[in-house]
Amino acid sequence: MSGAPKIAVTVAEVTPVNELVTRFRFVRRDGKPMPTFSGGAHTVVEMNDNGRIRRNPYSLMSDPADCEGYSISVRRDDQGRGGSLFMHRRVTPGMEMQISNPVNLFGLDLRARKHLMIAGGIGITPFLAQIKQLKATGGHFELHYAVRSAPLASYADELRAENPGRVRVYHDERGEAIDLERLLEGQPLGTHLYVCGPKGMIGWVRNTAARLGWPRGAVHHEEFLAPSSGKPFEATLARSNKVIQVGEHESLLEAIEAAGVDPPYLCRGGACGQCETDVLEHDGIFLHNDHWLTEEQRASCTKIMPCVSRFEGRKLVLDR
Amino acid sequence: MSKAVFEPSIPSRPVYGALEPRTGISHLMIADAEGAEAILDMAGAAPPGFFANAHIIYIPKRTGTLYVERLQALAPAQLHIAPSYAAAEPRLKRVLSSSHMGLQLYLAGTEGLMGQVMREAIEAGIPHDAIQTEHRGSTARRVQCVHCKGITEDVTHDPFQCSHCGLHLFVRDHYSRRIAAFQGVRVDAEDPGNIPEAVERFK
Repeated sequence: MSGAPKIAVTVAEVTPVNELVTRFRFVRRDGKPMPTFSGGAHTVVEMNDNGRIRRNPYSLMSDPADCEGYSISVRRDDQGRGGSLFMHRRVTPGMEMQISNPVNLFGLDLRARKHLMIAGGIGITPFLAQIKQLKATGGHFELHYAVRSAPLASYADELRAENPGRVRVYHDERGEAIDLERLLEGQPLGTHLYVCGPKGMIGWVRNTAARLGWPRGAVHHEEFLAPSSGKPFEATLARSNKVIQVGEHESLLEAIEAAGVDPPYLCRGGACGQCETDVLEHDGIFLHNDHWLTEEQRASCTKIMPCVSRFEGRKLVLDR
Repeated sequence: MSKAVFEPSIPSRPVYGALEPRTGISHLMIADAEGAEAILDMAGAAPPGFFANAHIIYIPKRTGTLYVERLQALAPAQLHIAPSYAAAEPRLKRVLSSSHMGLQLYLAGTEGLMGQVMREAIEAGIPHDAIQTEHRGSTARRVQCVHCKGITEDVTHDPFQCSHCGLHLFVRDHYSRRIAAFQGVRVDAEDPGNIPEAVERFK
């Protein structure tokens, strides 16, 4: 069985947070405690959408020490491939689902003297768990949270009320913006920086930190890429001796799974590297969308990350 | 020639690079003896104004005043000459505790100096792989006796006699980042009194 071990759960609560975001709470069907996790971890939620299996990663936002259940918050993406719409429209309390054991690709570096967190929009979710973890252990943190508007500022009021002086919220619609350069220049030695949010924000924060001389090892980021849609293509799975068709709104990984093959995966968002697949033959262009392969590996055309990357051309043969 | 070649060894043995100017909001350079040459060499590649935000702590040891004028000529924001690492340590700790992210750290000279500064820097929260080092000068080692835990500085011979407990110690390449010292193990533990002749392995 690929991916992290699965947990059979029941949806305990479905709570609208605002116009775009809904919170879901899962409890185990066997009554046992959930595994503990560390702040920043995610779970992969399995959705049975009329026989089509969707698997989306969501950051755990509940207290890492709370073993009674897990909570996630899902932002509805009307232009997306349908996972978040399924969560919003079809998931109701009492429903039985499968989620994965937690996996952490965005953990706190506990050697840090201070944790400086920068969140954009729904990127707030991993920080909710990290803050609970740090508060339980007396860790030093500061959160800067950029939101579109006050009505869409998920959890901003709670965060400010529970962490006086440590949380600052910036509203786009009021023209408020993080003064990043000044913020980074004033941080004491030993600070680690964490950023989670839209792609543009992650790039901006990482580039600014690098320009100001922050060590790469002190800057952490997480961005789950949703697989992008694209032209349908055909792929041959050499080891399984199968030829598969990858649909317009389907990822290569999903198409491999739909063919009854069980490929390795973990994050399904181009970050963890688990699904890395060798390319045996190709005639066409790779559309690499992951954060994993190096430029050299991309140029060599011998590897593909099927969770987020696509192919356009006449022939693609994979060692799978 | 102040550059030594270290033979490949076990993973625990530190390796050193060559200093290069990096972008940052301030620069802290700590060197002893011939380590000054590494800073002077790096200055050749540094952009204008680089030393205006630089703080140099220099421990000349046996080189005396040989490099001091040339270091002054770099016009660093601060140049502090210290008689020993022990004398410089309180200053180093104070600088680290009041510094901000964006500080770049450059270490040059003997392994004992670089190791001890690195220990303080890691303690202050700098990731160890973000610290630049360049070995220059003596290859004498800082060694901890595994038996009495005493540390002997500037060990040149192997085996050598522990300056604390008097045992004759074999100097290993096994290094502790936490203690900033190589490991010394009793050489005649199996056959007391059978002590090989000391060889000058570290100059």
